[in-house]
Amino acid sequence: MILARLFFEFFKVGLFSVGGGLATIPFLQHIGTSTGWFTVADLANMIAVSESTPGPMGVNMASYVGFTIAGPVGCIIATLGLITPSVFIILIIAQFLQKFRHSWGVESVFYGLRPASTALITAALVTVAQLALFSPLSWKSIILAVAVFVCLRIKPLKKFHPAVFIGLSAIIGIVFSF
Amino acid sequence: MNLYLDLFLTFARVGGLTFGGGYAMLPILQREIVENKHWVTDEELTDYFAIGQCTPGIIAVNTATFTGHRTAGIPGGILATLGVVTPSTIIIGIIAAFLQNFSDLPVVIHAFAGVRACVCALILNSVIKLLKTSVIDKPAAVIYAVALLFSAFLGLSPILVVLLAGVAGLSIRLIKKLSAQERGESK
Repeated sequence: MILARLFFEFFKVGLFSVGGGLATIPFLQHIGTSTGWFTVADLANMIAVSESTPGPMGVNMASYVGFTIAGPVGCIIATLGLITPSVFIILIIAQFLQKFRHSWGVESVFYGLRPASTALITAALVTVAQLALFSPLSWKSIILAVAVFVCLRIKPLKKFHPAVFIGLSAIIGIVFSF
Repeated sequence: MNLYLDLFLTFARVGGLTFGGGYAMLPILQREIVENKHWVTDEELTDYFAIGQCTPGIIAVNTATFTGHRTAGIPGGILATLGVVTPSTIIIGIIAAFLQNFSDLPVVIHAFAGVRACVCALILNSVIKLLKTSVIDKPAAVIYAVALLFSAFLGLSPILVVLLAGVAGLSIRLIKKLSAQERGESK
C-alpha cells in the first residue's frame, strides 16, 4: 500500500513541477508534511546529497526519498512515479512538435507558471533556512551560509561545482562542531 | 549493437556523468547523441531542451524521452528515459543505505549541519538566477509575490499554486491582447 502511495505522490511531483530539479523541492516539502515520511532537516540533507551525486537532481531526490521510505523497491517505485507523467506528456507532444512550441496559449500559461515556480522555490528556501539557521539560532551556520553565498557571487569562485561547496561545508561543520 | 540497447546504455552514461541535471547535461548530450551517434541534430537538441523546460517534469528526463522517440519510436523513448535514471537510482540507493546506518554518529550530524547552511546559500543563488528569467515584467512580479504569500505564509498546496498561476498567466496575456486590439480599433 505504501508503494502505491509512494508512486502516486511522485507521479504528482512529476506532473506539476515545471523547470527542473529545484522545482521539485516545494512539492517534496509538501509530501513530507502531509505524510510524515521525512522532516525538513531530512529534506535539506537529501538536497545536499542529490546535488553532489551524478544524475538529474529531481531523479536523485525521488530515489533518495523512495529509499528512505521503503528501501530499494521504494527507490525504484518513486523514480518511476516521477518520470511516468513526463514520458506520457512528451510522447504526446512529440507527435505535434511544431505546433506546440509557438502556440500563444502555451506561452501565456508559462508566462504565469515561471514566476510561480520561482516563488515556490523561494518559499521552500524560507523553510529550509528557518531550520538550518534559526531554530535554534546558530551564528556559525549563518556565517557559513553568508560566506558560501558570497563565494557563489564572486567570479572565479562561482565556477566551482556545488559539490565542492557542499563538501567543504561538511568539513567545516565537523571541524567547528556545528 | 541493438538500437534499443544502445539507447539505454548511452543515456545511462549521460545520467551517470552529469552532475545537477538540466543545463549541465547539454554539453554531454551534444557529445554523445549529436556528435558520436548522430541520432539528432544540434538544432533538434536545443528544441527538445526548450520544450523540456516548459513541460512538467524533469528536464533531463523530458530530453531523453524526446531523443529516444525520435530515434526508435515509443519503445525508444521509454528505454532512453529508463537509461537516464538508472545510475541515479543505484548510486543514491547505496548512499541512502549508508547514511541510514551512520546518521546517528556525531561526525555525520555535524557534517550535515554545515551542509544545510551551504544548501541555503545554493538555493538562494539559484532563486536569484531564476528571478531574472521568470519575473520579466510587473504582472509577473505580482504573480511571484502572490504565489510566495500563498505558499510560504498561508500554506497553500504547490499544486494549487501552479494551477492558479497558469490561469493567471493566461488571463493577463488575454487582457493585454484584448486591450491592444481595442487601442488599435479606436485609432
